[in-house]
Amino acid sequence: MAQVKNRLTPFFENITFDREDNELILNFGPQHPSAHGQLRLMLHLQQEQIVKAHPDVGYLHRGMEKMAENMIYNEFMPTTDRMDYIASSSNNYGFALAVEKLVGLEVPRRAKVIRMMILEINRLMSHLFWLATTALDIGAMTVFLFAFREREYLMDIMEGYCGARLTHAAIRIGGVPLDIQDSFIAQLKTFLDKLPQNIKDYEDLLDENRIWLMRMEEVGEIPTDMALSWGCTGPMLRASGVAWDIRKEEPYELYDEVEFNVPYSDKGDNFARYRVYMEEMRETAKILYQTIDMYDECVKNNQTELMAHAPQYVSAPKLDIMTQNYSLMQHFVLVTQGMRPPVGEVYVATESPKGELGFFINSQGGAYPYRLKLRAPSFWHTGILTDLLPGHYIPDVVSIIGTTNIVFGEVDR
Amino acid sequence: MRAYKPKGNVQAKPYYTDRYWQAPQVAKYDVESDEVFSADLEAIKAKFEVTEAFIQVEQMTVWINPSDIYGVLELMRDELEYTQLSEMSAIDFLEQRDEFEIFYQMLSMNKRKRIRVKMSIKNGQAVDSVSNLFRSADWSEREMFDMFGIEANNHPFMKRILMPYDWQGYPLLKTYPLEGDEFAAWYEVDKIYGKEARDIIGPEIRDTARIDRYDSERFARLGHEVPKGMDPDKEENKDKTQSYQEDGGVFLVKKLDKDSSVVIDDPQR
Repeated sequence: MAQVKNRLTPFFENITFDREDNELILNFGPQHPSAHGQLRLMLHLQQEQIVKAHPDVGYLHRGMEKMAENMIYNEFMPTTDRMDYIASSSNNYGFALAVEKLVGLEVPRRAKVIRMMILEINRLMSHLFWLATTALDIGAMTVFLFAFREREYLMDIMEGYCGARLTHAAIRIGGVPLDIQDSFIAQLKTFLDKLPQNIKDYEDLLDENRIWLMRMEEVGEIPTDMALSWGCTGPMLRASGVAWDIRKEEPYELYDEVEFNVPYSDKGDNFARYRVYMEEMRETAKILYQTIDMYDECVKNNQTELMAHAPQYVSAPKLDIMTQNYSLMQHFVLVTQGMRPPVGEVYVATESPKGELGFFINSQGGAYPYRLKLRAPSFWHTGILTDLLPGHYIPDVVSIIGTTNIVFGEVDR
Repeated sequence: MRAYKPKGNVQAKPYYTDRYWQAPQVAKYDVESDEVFSADLEAIKAKFEVTEAFIQVEQMTVWINPSDIYGVLELMRDELEYTQLSEMSAIDFLEQRDEFEIFYQMLSMNKRKRIRVKMSIKNGQAVDSVSNLFRSADWSEREMFDMFGIEANNHPFMKRILMPYDWQGYPLLKTYPLEGDEFAAWYEVDKIYGKEARDIIGPEIRDTARIDRYDSERFARLGHEVPKGMDPDKEENKDKTQSYQEDGGVFLVKKLDKDSSVVIDDPQR
């Protein structure tokens, strides 16, 4: 066959192709900057359109479930930080709550209020981070800088509380280790007073931005059935028309005492998810204002306890350990051997910023969990890409991955 | 001769065990104590055999036969409004009774209830895939296969998900040590350098608690390194420390005027 000068026909000796369909396989990641971590996507393309997507995960697998089986319960707490490292306290809390339900601990009220403050600060940190990175992926550099500025402020507050910025380990089984520092509430109020204007700034930049709308509207539409079937939770599910928030439906801590709304949308596309995140930030601010009042009430009523009183499972306060013989012995046993929860099973779900964070613990009465299953929301939010991406175009992949808000510490565990 | 250690469970063991310790149980309640759960249980019992059912920590656990799993979950999804499979996985009881326990964590958003469906399978037995009913099972069954080696029949893509495709061994089995087995120690060496380089490189050190006795020594010499092969302790080598600075040095502020500079001591500003 004669060669056309500017159109080369590939010539293969002795090879016949079953299909001549021009399908191109694109390897997206695992080092792609907009893959939000170590996500590898194998995309089968027809021109620019995706016909088949195959997400490949596991590049950040550290075997946390295996590690949990080899650690006493308190020892595992800092490891949970490394799941969703954008909002690490929510993982600490999920694990602590699961163990508390297993052994039946009642946490003092003041500790509950502090936990709620920490959880909601973490939610804000996570949502701001989501907004910043997604906007950056789409090309909105200003929003990235704005949102990181606010997130930095929150990280400073957290640093003041627990000394760490990302991996907080700020929650203990049975309560919290510390009371909040003196400047905590003043700093938080300063931040919260500015937040509505900050959110408005982001929205002014994005809501009617032509580029943002083109990349977001009617892209990555998840029907309700698909979201339910794929186990989507959190903002992913709420943007697909199911107003399901575990804080509201199965309240834990003091979430039944605070007033907040559950924003949701029935559109299911990227823009709906963006709106849900923005509205959730406002609701979180509302909750934080109420927790500040609740904390003041605790101070007024002289409720000073921060850890549950359960000598079999939780160490006594430091003062007792230093002065009481029995408390010291009990502390020694709990640190060297660990607590031994009763024989049984528990599955506890909490609403982390990303969705339903569940901890399944099977205890055989030993100091080590017999089996611990971490149910991370991002795992399924990555899986749904298999069904979601076909039909979309290459640039949509970036914005869809952005709005799923997956974090790979959690996917791979 | 070394003392024999049973290989059935090589996970961490408590250093001290009390022979007379009787572990308490998490309280189990009758299903009749909750009307929603008892109605659900009746509906399941009408069609399938339920070997045991109870409520533990606000959730119902239902034990069924492994052959019924697809039917039970279909019934729960279509008739009992349990629209989401939150989680599923296995628990290794091979050492005790040569069995795996499999659990399916179901969620009904309309009823605000969670049910855990459980079943026991023998070692080597496969389960029926429910990925037709719940797409989320597609990935969790793959993860279960990856971690325990339990296969799911009729699964569209029964391959490993977190571990590499060519991995050998199932990491979450109780017989699998925390730091990995022989295969794990050589995996990356073989991948990167090839099998023939095994003698030169040696197995991967996977003991996380390993301490190299030279570590503190090397740390103490940071900034005072000598060229390779030179003895840093000899007197004549004292001033021959390695310099990483380029010729002529880099531009530095030689004279800092502290009075005219701003000291930021409040990170919040």
